[in-house]
Amino acid sequence: MINPPPSGGLAVNLAGIAMKNPVMSASGTFGYGQEFARILDLNLMGAIVVKGISPRPASGNSTPRMVETPAGLINAIGLQNPGCDTFIAEYLPFLRQFQTPTIVNIWGTTLADYAEIAGRFEGVPGVHGLELNISCPNIKAGGMAFGIQPDMARQAIKAARRATRLPLIVKLPPHLFSIAEFARLAEDNGADALSITNSLPAMAVDIEQRRPILANITGGLTGPAIHPVALKLVWDAAKAVKIPIIGMGGIVSAREALAFILAGATAVAVGTASFTDSPR
Amino acid sequence: MLTEITPVVRQQGLGHDYYLLTLHAPEIARTVQPGQFVHLRVPGMESGILRRPFSVFKAEHDELTLLYRVIGQGTNAMRRLQPGEEVNLLGPLGHGFPPIEQDKFPVLIAGGYGAAALYLAAARAARRGMICMGASTATDILCSRDFQDLDWEVRLATEDGTAGTRGLVTEVLDQWLAQRPENCIPEFLACGPNGMLRAVSRRAQAGGWRAWVSLDRHMGCGMGACLACVQKVRKPKPDGSEEWQWVRLCTEGPVFESRDIIWDEND
Repeated sequence: MINPPPSGGLAVNLAGIAMKNPVMSASGTFGYGQEFARILDLNLMGAIVVKGISPRPASGNSTPRMVETPAGLINAIGLQNPGCDTFIAEYLPFLRQFQTPTIVNIWGTTLADYAEIAGRFEGVPGVHGLELNISCPNIKAGGMAFGIQPDMARQAIKAARRATRLPLIVKLPPHLFSIAEFARLAEDNGADALSITNSLPAMAVDIEQRRPILANITGGLTGPAIHPVALKLVWDAAKAVKIPIIGMGGIVSAREALAFILAGATAVAVGTASFTDSPR
Repeated sequence: MLTEITPVVRQQGLGHDYYLLTLHAPEIARTVQPGQFVHLRVPGMESGILRRPFSVFKAEHDELTLLYRVIGQGTNAMRRLQPGEEVNLLGPLGHGFPPIEQDKFPVLIAGGYGAAALYLAAARAARRGMICMGASTATDILCSRDFQDLDWEVRLATEDGTAGTRGLVTEVLDQWLAQRPENCIPEFLACGPNGMLRAVSRRAQAGGWRAWVSLDRHMGCGMGACLACVQKVRKPKPDGSEEWQWVRLCTEGPVFESRDIIWDEND
């Protein structure tokens, strides 16, 4: 396997972000932290990655937005969020009280958006890194287009890189011609780390009603069903780049997390399992 | 709000795929308010990964009782739960029904097993009221005896006429509204299909009364994080005009005042 056995302790340094352990939340499944603080001590986490933030508020998609499928779920929330200003004023202060780094997932629909949103967190207390979402399957206006077209991805990453000195994590989609090439592209254009992977484009049909279940028609598949796919992507990317990788996709126990680390990940993010599991 | 590991006390079949599941859940049973729900992790359901939300039917003597119908893989797995097996619950969740004011006459409207979500509100109401229960057929009228035991008036409607008045539950409600004493100001609490809730909402609006409705949606986390279970509601602006915003059923709901809801065309 790629990674040597650990020399002791769970602490990791992820592209300059000091984490007490390698376990993070996956963006979009953990709200802005405060939702889960009622049942979980956020100080226990390696890092908190918040739900995607855009320069301006976004209302997301119509309902139904989620459907359960075998060993997974398909969501098409559509990146509903209060926008950057409200996030900084009303959500970020809560996160500052914890000894856990906050990583802000950011997205836009134009190149100018990517530059703007990345720049907005420069010098904002309590933000330790940015995760650049170029790969959400639920935004027609651009998210995925940036993610799967190499030229667009390059420009988006460059735009964000120029706008911030914060550690920049680029989140890559699963359905690429070559994950290795894409990972190198991100690394060459200033990414400090990679998140692998996002949800898989998917859909579900109600055969009685003869129509798609999700209002958005299509969405992104997550959960245990995608773990083997994500694992192979991490394995391939880890051989292609030197920057650290955060493995995510279908972690429901330490076993999947360890598999990601053995395949080359430096840290891991738990997503859909947060909807089901809870600390006792 | 908490996580509680709750042993199954008993499982009782009511026939026609309806079941009562009673759990030993002292913490949640003590704190749950009418209209709140629990998010239940079904044990042994390997391919299903989401919890299942259930209104609390009864909460007494450290025990919670949920009324459910077997409709999919989650409830099918629930049916097999045996006494002593442990179930992981999150709860109590959400905002339920507010207490009914003393000068209002409580009128509950239930569609099918929506009645279960209304029972606690009746049991804890300051005064006795009336419940209209509707379903397609008599075997889908659930827990009418429980309301009779509270000394509430129960009026039934079935679409096929096998119990009570033949027709929709709102027809029974209309009959009552037409006959009620002039000084009786009703307050509606309703749980059932969206079409029924919307019909109740229209009557409340026409009469100038308040109606509280409990909504049902696909739900993800139950914690307010995933934004799957959202509903459009009115949001007044300072200048007197109005816009809309999303609210979360699991957090701001599942009970809303009906006049705030922006109904979907399909409702």
